[in-house]
Amino acid sequence: MKTRLRKWRLISLFAIMTLILAGCGEAKLSALKPAGEVAQKQFDLMVLSTLIMVVVIIVVVILFVIAIVRFRRKDGDDSIPKQVEGSHKLEVIWTTIPILLLIIMAIPVVTYTFELADTSAMEVKDKDGKTKDAVVINVRANLYWWEFEYPDYGIFTSQDLVVPTDEKVYFNLKASDVKHSFWVPAAGGKMDTNVDGVNQMYLVFDSKKSNEAQNLFYGKCAELCGPSHALMDFKVVTKSKDDFNSWVTSMQTVAKEPKVAEGELAKQGQEIFNKSCIGCHAVSTSGNGAGMGPNLSNFGERERIAGFLDHTEENLKKWIKNPDDYKPGNTMAGKYGKLTDEQIDALAEYLLNLKVEGSKHID
Amino acid sequence: MSTYAKKQGFGATLWDFMTTVDHKKIAILYLISGGLFFILGGLEAMFIRIQLAVPDNNFMSAGTFNEMITMHGTTMIFLAAMPILLGIMNAVMPLQIGARDVAFPFLNSLGFWLFFFGGVVLNLSWFMGGAPDAGWTSYASLSIHSQGHGVDFYVLGLQISGFGTLIAGINFLVTIINMRTPGMTYMRMPMFTWTTFVVSALILFAFPPLTVGLTLMLFDRMFGANFFDAAAGGNTIIWEHLFWIFGHPEVYILILPAFGIFSEILATFSRKRLFGYSSMVFATVLIGFLGFMVWAHHMFTVGLGPIANAIFAVATMAIAVPTGIKIFNWIFTMWGGSVRFTVPMLYAVSFIPSFTMGGVTGIMLAAAPADYQYHDSYFVVAHFHYVIVGGVVLGILAGITYYWPKIFGTMLNETLGKFTFWFFLIGFHLTFFIQHFLGLWGMPRRVFTYLPGQGWETSNLVSTAGAIFMAVGVIILLINIIITSVKNVRVGNDPWEDGRTLEWSIPSPPPFYNFKQLPLARGLDAYWIEKMEGKKEMTPAEPLGDIHMPNGSIIPICITIGLFVASFGALYNMDADKTWTVPVIIIGLLITFGSMLIRSIKDDHGFHIHKEDLMDDKDKEVKA
Amino acid sequence: MHVEEKFTDATWPAAPETATLEGKNKYLGFWLFLGGETVLFASLFATYLALKDKVPDSGMLLAKDLYEIPLTFAMTMILLTSSLTSVYAMYHMKNNSFQKMQAWLLITVLLGFSFLALEVYEFKHYVHLGHTFTSSAYGSAFYTLVGFHGAHVTFGLMWFLSLMLRNAKRGLSLYNAPKFFVASLYWHFIDVVWVFIFTVVYLMGMVG
Repeated sequence: MKTRLRKWRLISLFAIMTLILAGCGEAKLSALKPAGEVAQKQFDLMVLSTLIMVVVIIVVVILFVIAIVRFRRKDGDDSIPKQVEGSHKLEVIWTTIPILLLIIMAIPVVTYTFELADTSAMEVKDKDGKTKDAVVINVRANLYWWEFEYPDYGIFTSQDLVVPTDEKVYFNLKASDVKHSFWVPAAGGKMDTNVDGVNQMYLVFDSKKSNEAQNLFYGKCAELCGPSHALMDFKVVTKSKDDFNSWVTSMQTVAKEPKVAEGELAKQGQEIFNKSCIGCHAVSTSGNGAGMGPNLSNFGERERIAGFLDHTEENLKKWIKNPDDYKPGNTMAGKYGKLTDEQIDALAEYLLNLKVEGSKHID
Repeated sequence: MSTYAKKQGFGATLWDFMTTVDHKKIAILYLISGGLFFILGGLEAMFIRIQLAVPDNNFMSAGTFNEMITMHGTTMIFLAAMPILLGIMNAVMPLQIGARDVAFPFLNSLGFWLFFFGGVVLNLSWFMGGAPDAGWTSYASLSIHSQGHGVDFYVLGLQISGFGTLIAGINFLVTIINMRTPGMTYMRMPMFTWTTFVVSALILFAFPPLTVGLTLMLFDRMFGANFFDAAAGGNTIIWEHLFWIFGHPEVYILILPAFGIFSEILATFSRKRLFGYSSMVFATVLIGFLGFMVWAHHMFTVGLGPIANAIFAVATMAIAVPTGIKIFNWIFTMWGGSVRFTVPMLYAVSFIPSFTMGGVTGIMLAAAPADYQYHDSYFVVAHFHYVIVGGVVLGILAGITYYWPKIFGTMLNETLGKFTFWFFLIGFHLTFFIQHFLGLWGMPRRVFTYLPGQGWETSNLVSTAGAIFMAVGVIILLINIIITSVKNVRVGNDPWEDGRTLEWSIPSPPPFYNFKQLPLARGLDAYWIEKMEGKKEMTPAEPLGDIHMPNGSIIPICITIGLFVASFGALYNMDADKTWTVPVIIIGLLITFGSMLIRSIKDDHGFHIHKEDLMDDKDKEVKA
Repeated sequence: MHVEEKFTDATWPAAPETATLEGKNKYLGFWLFLGGETVLFASLFATYLALKDKVPDSGMLLAKDLYEIPLTFAMTMILLTSSLTSVYAMYHMKNNSFQKMQAWLLITVLLGFSFLALEVYEFKHYVHLGHTFTSSAYGSAFYTLVGFHGAHVTFGLMWFLSLMLRNAKRGLSLYNAPKFFVASLYWHFIDVVWVFIFTVVYLMGMVG
């Protein structure tokens, strides 16, 4: 009976902790609303460690409160308390119990550390040299934008990462200028993109959880990388496996024959683009140009302008006009001379019509 | 006394402080300059919180914000917390072991001036083209990429002040090993002396890796080396390792003295000896030792691989054990005691739960897979502020209040002190508790702004409100200091009435030779033992005799100014339009090495206070 | 015992470097300083090992193409010998024979200078081959590690020289005996570091 009571207490404490931890935050970017296996494991570890630590705090606080309330000096009390040297028994107790608690914690910590580092599926290649059973994405972090390459499909995109749900998505991470860090809080912890080597990790996006977040997660740069570090956001668009496959197919179509602009204004825009922008920005999905700027082949379908501004024509124009006003320290400003308002209008028209999935349009 | 006749006038006082080798005056110098830097760092913190109070704020630009956070962190750690703690150590440790000064009074002064000019170099960056902007950790790829000279100021400022700290560390180690008064065995040393001892050892072994890291960065940025240039074969992770091999022990360099201060205060105001003294000593040494084994827990997301991550995770957790021992021993020091809530005691008491919270989030961070979520988010910001503000800063405030009468001979106002305490404590929890959640809700650290609609607005506003509370607390403290100094009511040897250790057996402030006769320590809490036997003074361990004292010297400042000059040559060395840089470096180094040469060639045997003068002194006291 | 005391051979203490409190402090403080120096060189060694042979293009010379063991072996021998001569000097210091101490120190200093001369020659040779401080990360790490040692040697030589000159007329006392002693400790430390450099940089450099 007594043990059951204790068990019940433990469970209710556990429930309260879960409630407190999960109670807040936005589904699209909170580590407390795990959207897949990786984040879930990390969340479980958080709950376990928080629980142990709350127990420790409660014990400390109880002893502490008793000590300061009971042994308060009364006015005019001049007595000298007994000078206690210490207690061997107590020392042993408060050495042993923390060690036991830590062992309880250390076991899942070590297990998960190894599990989450297991990217062996990336190494299994078929006869064409493509990854056999896994989606692999090469992430390249730049001042202040993200490039996503799907090496097995031969396509590039940037800023919006598109992933299939309910399977492990593997990442190769590197940076091309300074160190950044790749973080999708809802899907799992971060990993640094170093300048001197490639890091590997995987994430899982649960389809149900993705639906709750409207199939859109927020990604962040988590390592100070310069003035616009705070604005180096990206978005993760989740699709079911079938939708993902059809997205890949349409991306591959654009790779073969880059889009020709339709309409007078857009055509003008394309001309300007080919003169001023193409040195850095690719518009076909098969390559990343010189790797200097984000690939724009599906720009019209992006979630944001420059990774963080609302996706509107007005914002796009403002951005092209003076990027430094919005993302200080970016590498685009000053690279393409001064454009007139008419030229910017044409360019915006062209860019916003760069779409891969024909039927979709921007709002 | 005749050789030490009091001179009048501001100029004379200034000269006296510039040339002093007296550990108590150097302590005051440390406290004043550390205090000024603390205010500077606090202002920077306020600016940061104002910028983040609301989303999309334009209070300052992104670049300025990065300079602010870099300078806030660097200033608080290197120029505020550490110097203030070194100041308290300087003021108290020699008294606690019954010494007349530190082992190397000249080096003590040199150490201070190096720290001070290092801090000046760093802060001059604000007026000379921009402050460093790569974070206090100054990770290599970003700091090499950083334009302008900000990071150069960081490198040179820290290099110079780092030498100062290293010198202080060696000095304290030798002092404690060689200069304890008769009877003061290692296991009778007060806890604060023990923590000073361990911290000094940490400084000795932790600062050289930082020196090397800074040197590599200096060579890269100013002399065209390629340590961190991946294209030329360099590797930026080397910086991270060197920085954290220094950086983690640095955390203990900050917190252990605070532990020492709290141990003294808790015992004093509980009127009870420190519970489990020997296990406290053991725990301190163990924390110091383990502190060197865990640096890579700052680098879990760097990609060191699961084996390294697992090892460092478990090693980090192990530190919780000695820290836990300390927490419980403190509680049991109060247990059964007679607890009096003076201002220092309030700080000490509130430190226990505050620091415990910082400690447990430390354990949570040690869980490597979960750390992938916490790392570089506001959770980490919350954690280390809980440890550093809830531990170190509360320790500093407690220590300053507790030792104020011993250092300055007058007591800070208790009522105002309590106001400071409550404002500061409430403000501290208000500012930082919520930041744990901000981190978990996906807010990365070091962001100069954030967009609305991510669920972070209210919490950031709360956090800023808390910061204002803390600022109010500090302002009240400053008012308190001014009022106290103006009133200047003198106090006796043992103003807190329950003093236990040797420093409370001599006048406040002590005479410049500290002890007329070296005292005999007959056990732990040597002064308490004498008091319990009804004595007012310590039993002397030697007959009254001549006291040998060192002479003051201006050479420490000269040595430092040489480095100060040279650093400006190095700073601008890479600018093609400046041809004067190499000569300036050479001139600066000539001043430094020339001053060192003068020091070693000139005979300086110090002077003696004659027995008769000491007797006169005593007679005067009796008459008055 | 007191720093300004006058001594005869008979009253000169057996350990003059630690006969006064100042001497004891210097002695201990310097040992601790050497502890810090050890960590400093350990960090430099680690950096060197991490960056060894890391060059931007494959045409550049690597450790095994550059180093010449005969030269560095000669340098090692010279420095080891100078350590020995400084031991003789300290022996005479403990016997209160000032002139003999000065003579042995002079030999130590001369050996130190010849070591430095060879090091300068070696560096010039490498620079001539295109292996410079700025040519690669490997170059930076090599010159920083070996150069730091070279700077220590230079400083040690200056230290010895200034002590010898300053005390040439005054002779030995308990005031300067600890100074001579810690300078020789420093010299031994430099020697030990060089043994590691010879092993880790040069010998291990040859095996690739």
